[in-house]
This record gives sequence, C-alpha cells and structure tokens, in this order.
Amino acid sequence: MEKIALTNSPYNIKTGKILHAKQMTEHEKLFEISLKGGGRLDYEPGQFIMMSVFGAGEIPISISSSPTNISGSFELCVRAVGRVTNAIHKMEAGDEVGIRGPFGKGFPIRIFEGNDLLIVTGGLGIAPLRSLIKYVFDNRRDFGKVHILLGCKSPKDMLFLDEIEQWSERMDVYYECTVDHAVPEWKGHVGLITTLIPGVDIEPERTFAVVVGPPVMYKFVIKELLAKNIPGRQILVSFERHMKCGLGKCGHCQIQHLYACQDGPVFNYEEIKYLKEAY
Amino acid sequence: MKDLQYVVLGKEQFDEFISRLSKLQKVVAPVSKGYKNFSFEEVTSGNSVSLKYIPTILPPKKFFMPQRETLLEFDTSKGLNAEAVVEYEKMTIFGVHTCDLAGIQCLNMVFSEHPRDYNYMMRKRKINIIGLECNEYCDEFASCALVNASLPSGGYDLFFTDLGDEYIVHINTQNGEDMIKSANFFRAAGKSDLEELTELRKKKRVLFRNEVPVEPRYIPELFDRSYKSRVWDDLDERCLACGNCTNVCPTCYCFDIRDEMAMDLKSGKRYRVWDSCQLETFAKIAGGENFRKERSLRQKHRYYRKFRYPVDRFSRFFCTGCGRCSRTCMAGIRLKETLNGLIKEFENTVSTSMEGNY
Repeated sequence: MEKIALTNSPYNIKTGKILHAKQMTEHEKLFEISLKGGGRLDYEPGQFIMMSVFGAGEIPISISSSPTNISGSFELCVRAVGRVTNAIHKMEAGDEVGIRGPFGKGFPIRIFEGNDLLIVTGGLGIAPLRSLIKYVFDNRRDFGKVHILLGCKSPKDMLFLDEIEQWSERMDVYYECTVDHAVPEWKGHVGLITTLIPGVDIEPERTFAVVVGPPVMYKFVIKELLAKNIPGRQILVSFERHMKCGLGKCGHCQIQHLYACQDGPVFNYEEIKYLKEAY
Repeated sequence: MKDLQYVVLGKEQFDEFISRLSKLQKVVAPVSKGYKNFSFEEVTSGNSVSLKYIPTILPPKKFFMPQRETLLEFDTSKGLNAEAVVEYEKMTIFGVHTCDLAGIQCLNMVFSEHPRDYNYMMRKRKINIIGLECNEYCDEFASCALVNASLPSGGYDLFFTDLGDEYIVHINTQNGEDMIKSANFFRAAGKSDLEELTELRKKKRVLFRNEVPVEPRYIPELFDRSYKSRVWDDLDERCLACGNCTNVCPTCYCFDIRDEMAMDLKSGKRYRVWDSCQLETFAKIAGGENFRKERSLRQKHRYYRKFRYPVDRFSRFFCTGCGRCSRTCMAGIRLKETLNGLIKEFENTVSTSMEGNY
C-alpha cells in the first residue's frame, strides 16, 4: 500500500482562528472566526461550512454572518448537542478549528432584489437567517418591504437578543416576535409562529418568503404562506440534515433524489412540495 | 489499436499467465471460501482461481473504495496541521463478471462527478481490470439481463470468454495489450474463434432474458407510481436493519467519516468507512428528527437509489443484477420478489388507467 499527499483533496481543511467566543444561551455559543493566512471565506447567505475539531470530528454549520461584513471574519452559531458540538463549545478565543467550504446553494439574494421579503424564523433557524438579514440591511436600498417574524420556545431561548432589539426598532423593518411559553415579564405575543402570518400586510406577487426553523414548523408555516397567495416558487426553505462530506457523496443528507449539501440546503417550495422526506 | 482486437489463450497456459502477471504486480481473483462462498483475494497462480464462481461475498468495490481509508492526517501539537492523503495499491483484478464491471462503472460516475473524489479517482487509475464472461446464470438470484448487464459493455482492460479448450480475450485498452505482451502465450484469434464467440453471445441473448416481467424502460414509471405501495410495508415487517444488503451491493457507496486519535492525543487520522442507509441513525439530525425512521422507508430508499434516482442523474440503473442483496439477506428479502410485488400492484392500477402501456 502506498500513500501520498493529495493537495487537491476536497477533504483538506483551512485553519480557522477563533477571534471571539460568546456564550449566548445555555446551549448556544457564537464564534467569530478568521482564516489563518488572511484568506477570506467566499460565501453567500444560506451557505454552510464543515467545521471540525480534530479527534472529535466534523459537522455542518450554517454561517451566521453576512459576506458584507468588511472585517473578513465570519461567525458560526453552534448549539451543543453531540460529541463534536460539545468539543466546539470548549473552544475559546485563540483556539483553532478546521474549516472546509463554503458548501451548498444559499438564498437567491439577487432574485430577491426589487422584491419584498417575509422572513419567518423559529428556534435555531435564526442562525442562517441572520446572514440573510444582515446582508439585506447592508444593502437595504435594493429590497422592498422587509418583514421579520421570529418565534422561539421561551424568552430565555432567544438568540442574538441585542441585535434583535435593534432590528425591532428600525423604521425600515416590520418586525414581530412570539414565544410558545411566556414568562411574567414577557410583553410580546404568545403562541405559535403561524399565528403571526395572517396579520402580515403583503403583496403576494412581489413577496419572497424565507422560512427556516425546526422540521415541524415548515408544514404549518408554508400552509399559511400559501393561504396568503404567495407563489410556491417564491417560498424558500433551508433544511438541516446529517452530513459527512458536503460533496454529494456520503448519502446522509439525501432527500429522495436531492442532496441537501449540493442541491440545497436552500430549496424553493416547488422543488420539494411532493417530497415526503422533506419535512 | 484496432477497434476489435481478439487473442486466444489455451487453457493449459492459464495457470502460467496468472503466475507471470502476479510477478509484475499484485493480482486478485475470485477464490473459494467454502460452500458457495467466494472472495476476491490475492493469487499467485491460476490454479487457485475459482473460474466458475457465483458473485463474491463483497464486490470488487472493496478495492476502489476500501472499507476503511484514511482521508486526512492531522497533528495538533504545534497549532493545527493537517494533510489530505490517498492510499493506493497497484493491482490487477482478474475475473470480474459483467455485473461487477457495471458496478465499477456506476462508482466511476459518482466519484468523478463534481465535486470530484480524488481519493477514488487516484486509486482507480492504479487498478487494471480483467473481465470474465458468464456463459450461463450463476444462480436464481441474478437479474443482470433486466438491467442490461449480462453482456460486456466496456469497463475492462481485457475480457476473457471461455470457449471450451481456450479463452478468447478481448483487448479493450493499451494497458490490456501490455498485459498480453508480458506473456507469450497468446495467439491472434482466427475466424473460427470469433464465430464461436458470436455463437455463444447469440445463445446468451436467448438464455439471459428479463428476469421480472417488466420492460426496463418502464421501471422509472413503475417506481414513480410505487411510492405508497404496500410492498414497502411488507419489507418493514421483515427487514432487520442489519445493513448487509448495502455492504455487499456493488453500487452502494454511502460512507461515514470519523476521527481517530493516536495515543499522544495530539495526532491522528480522519478516515472514512462504509455506512448504510439501512441503519436507523443514518438520516437522523442533531435536533432528534429522523427522516427515515421506519425500516420500510429505509428499504424503499435503497430500492429508489437503485432503480429511480440514478436514472435522472446518471441515465442508468444502479442495480447490476448481481443478486448479492438477495443472497445475503437474513430475512429473505429478495430483489426479484420485491420488483414482482411492485409490478403486480402496478398492473392492477394500469388495467384501469394506463391500459396498453406495455
């Protein structure tokens, strides 16, 4: 058996240096990372990278920052659930992680231009959507009305609290938020995210809806969006799947004939509406 | 090189041909592993090769995509250092049946499609392939005619066909010609040799017929209409989710990637191993949802990955008709039986709505 180095291997990693690590909630931590050697991660909102801690393994993580961020660094929001994510959570500023990518098809931002946006996010769905939201704010003039509907289990689970407070105060955004379970000090909506949709004032023909959240959310949210007469092609979703390669080979992310890692993770409703394995 | 080039090897010289070849590089060929079990293993003489064999326990994919291979070596002692690697071995595989040639062709398509898998492609370049024709069916599990894999259609350097006292050998590549030249045992094929080969193929076309009653071109439609079939519920009750069917499949290539630390807890390897969509956690995500939780969904997924999804992507079936999944299944799930079940259901609906389609 012979062995040689493979410089063009897609499994080669870039070294990412953690510039800043911030515990956001009990389970989520935000990492600001820059590539060692000064290279810039060339990504679009909605794309993901493969992040690794050697010895623990490698996992897909969506990018939470916007490519319009001038500093050249990028941000990843990681929820500690398994072996790799728990290893990542032990990392602090100055530590190094492995980065591959970016991978996948992001949100069709150029097609969004000149249209209104209805962004619907639940739970950890804010992680990839923050990339889109920040991108839109940095290019705010290119878009029409922007609605953001945000849902989470309870106020203590809310991610990016400071930023969301700022979004809610912007005059160029229609923002609403709801929690499934309130606490006494909570003054906002209580109820499922679907309850916010009927009241949104949109012109369906020129509105693109973007939905990211836990699998159970899609069915009900999409139903409400269709009830608002938004065409299926203008409803975008992003799916979480188990992934090992990011290259359309390992088979873990397959949704019937589609691969979330290469054909997605962003799909429009028309592409996936007949797929039983989609959500 | 001429378009068609055939030579002939007397059977008495086969042993010496393999010995000679094995002195140049590693030769693997089917060898007997007990009752009705065969395996591709290293040989140094033709006498140890099982020339009449039913498909080996594992297909030759194990040489193209090893059960375990290192993708990356890392060292974290001084910052983060990692280097992607490929492990390969020069070898000649002798005795590959047409079903397994088709299997290798499927894997070639998958791994050379962008983004390319250079580990696979590098290894593939180091392997010579010598095919061996099946003059008759190996056993009742085969369905190679259905998927058009019972006759040779490229994918080899040399191809051997048994004509009784001798082998007629098709030279398909320059590599193949070099192997022929390394041994002085071959003579040019005469007119009667070629006629004999033509006659054999003619007989085979009669002998190897669609093993299930459906025309291959209607299979995609059959599957389009079978997503909710009761056949899958039946498999749900029988499947043990052991993953044997995918391990022995010549076109199953799903994998897992894992890390292994050395004893110093600083350096280590990232390696890939075969995985199986039949295992319960295969499509489970971090949030806990499992998109193919039931065994029926996982078995259905396996069948669609053979007969439906690759038709759009690669314009071919990813079943080669080798029959391994049926032979190995502990629960007695048989591919032909599954297809027959789908066809029967299909016909019942066709008779009312799609009459005259075939």
